[in-house]
Amino acid sequence: MPSLQSLRRKIASVKNTQKITKAMKMVAAAKLKRAQDRILSARPYAHQLRDVVRHLAERASPVSHPLLRKHEGHKTELLVITSDRGLCGAFNANILRQATEFLREHAEQGEQVSVSASGRKGCDFFRRRTWTIRQEWPGIFDRLSFEHALDMGQDIIQHYNDGTFDQLYVVYNEFKSVMQQRVVIEKLLPIESLDEEAGGPGPERSEGTTKTVGAYLFEPDEHELLETLLPKHFQVQAFRVLLESAAAEQAARMTAMDGATRNAGELIQKVTLFYNKTRQAAITKELMDIVGGAEALK
Amino acid sequence: MAETGHTVPSGKLLLEVVTPDKLLVSEYVDQVSAPGAEGDFGVLPGHCHFLTTLRIGELHYRIGEAEHYMSVLWGFVDVTPRKVTVLAEIAEKAEDIDVDRAHAAVVKAEERLERGGLPSEVEEARVSLEKARLREKVAERLKKQGHA
Repeated sequence: MPSLQSLRRKIASVKNTQKITKAMKMVAAAKLKRAQDRILSARPYAHQLRDVVRHLAERASPVSHPLLRKHEGHKTELLVITSDRGLCGAFNANILRQATEFLREHAEQGEQVSVSASGRKGCDFFRRRTWTIRQEWPGIFDRLSFEHALDMGQDIIQHYNDGTFDQLYVVYNEFKSVMQQRVVIEKLLPIESLDEEAGGPGPERSEGTTKTVGAYLFEPDEHELLETLLPKHFQVQAFRVLLESAAAEQAARMTAMDGATRNAGELIQKVTLFYNKTRQAAITKELMDIVGGAEALK
Repeated sequence: MAETGHTVPSGKLLLEVVTPDKLLVSEYVDQVSAPGAEGDFGVLPGHCHFLTTLRIGELHYRIGEAEHYMSVLWGFVDVTPRKVTVLAEIAEKAEDIDVDRAHAAVVKAEERLERGGLPSEVEEARVSLEKARLREKVAERLKKQGHA
């Protein structure tokens, strides 16, 4: 039977832990609010820009800009977005599982795969494994700004143009709601057109296969427009993905810490009950001893 | 967004103005005019596909009889027969602009421009003057409209 003192210590320890998880939950909730506002306000712009670019990609000839051009090679890069900190439930585990699955699949198809990771957890994970890491961006989520996306965008676009890889996918946690995150794998490069996506606005559909550039007016000229629009698009998408992940991380942490606080509460109740029972048993036993002793003296 | 494309009432245009911060306008309008890179242009429903960059300027749209003005700074405009998408770096509705502050900004920018300095500083001052003038102009539009 555990001593009363060790039980008291145990209760105190769990109470401390509960205080910490509670505080972390509050912090995560506050951060979540901010991250959520950011992603919700960034989404319309990113989505509209994506629609415009896809529209454009449909009409512009693929050779007109390097980011539209499909490469012949079989080098695939996966951009893995994880968090910098742990204690956020299955957030990183989910991402990394999907990522390794993806990499294995593509490697089996004879593709040459490489990884670029953002977020410390992902960097650590891949460093301990055999996949090639091309680039790392650890520790950006504390003060996430558009500069980071610019940075990433520049690096990635340059390597894409140099032929370091021929296609780029990204895997990240999408912020669906506070209770839900969804792991998403998206193809980022080459930039693809709307193509089979149903329900595009009507009239130009009827033209069928004649995808003439002439149907679209460009100002200034097509080349110059693509030159500014496409890198911009890529950066905005990268930024959106980072924001999604940041919001999802805080949501996941909040949920995880909420659960932890509740579990700690349950544990405290259980141990306290056991402590009281043990204490009573000890008192009863002592009384019995005294009574027994007094009886014997008679 | 794409899925809204087919619900536009006939004779109307869907105008969406978004900045990196938020969705500013999403409305059915009758007419839009915007400052394109190579001159202002007007759009009526059924316009052909058109994509252009924006310069600093005034965006104007009409819903029935009501006229609306906005200041837009840089970005892109994508025009399709039923929809105009404005992706601006910065955009402000006329009613959100504080006229007095806008005027103060004009004065300040003018001073800075006069003071001169490095070419990059002058250029910066010139741009902020242009921005400030635009905001003032747009804000005053609303004032006039109010008096009329």
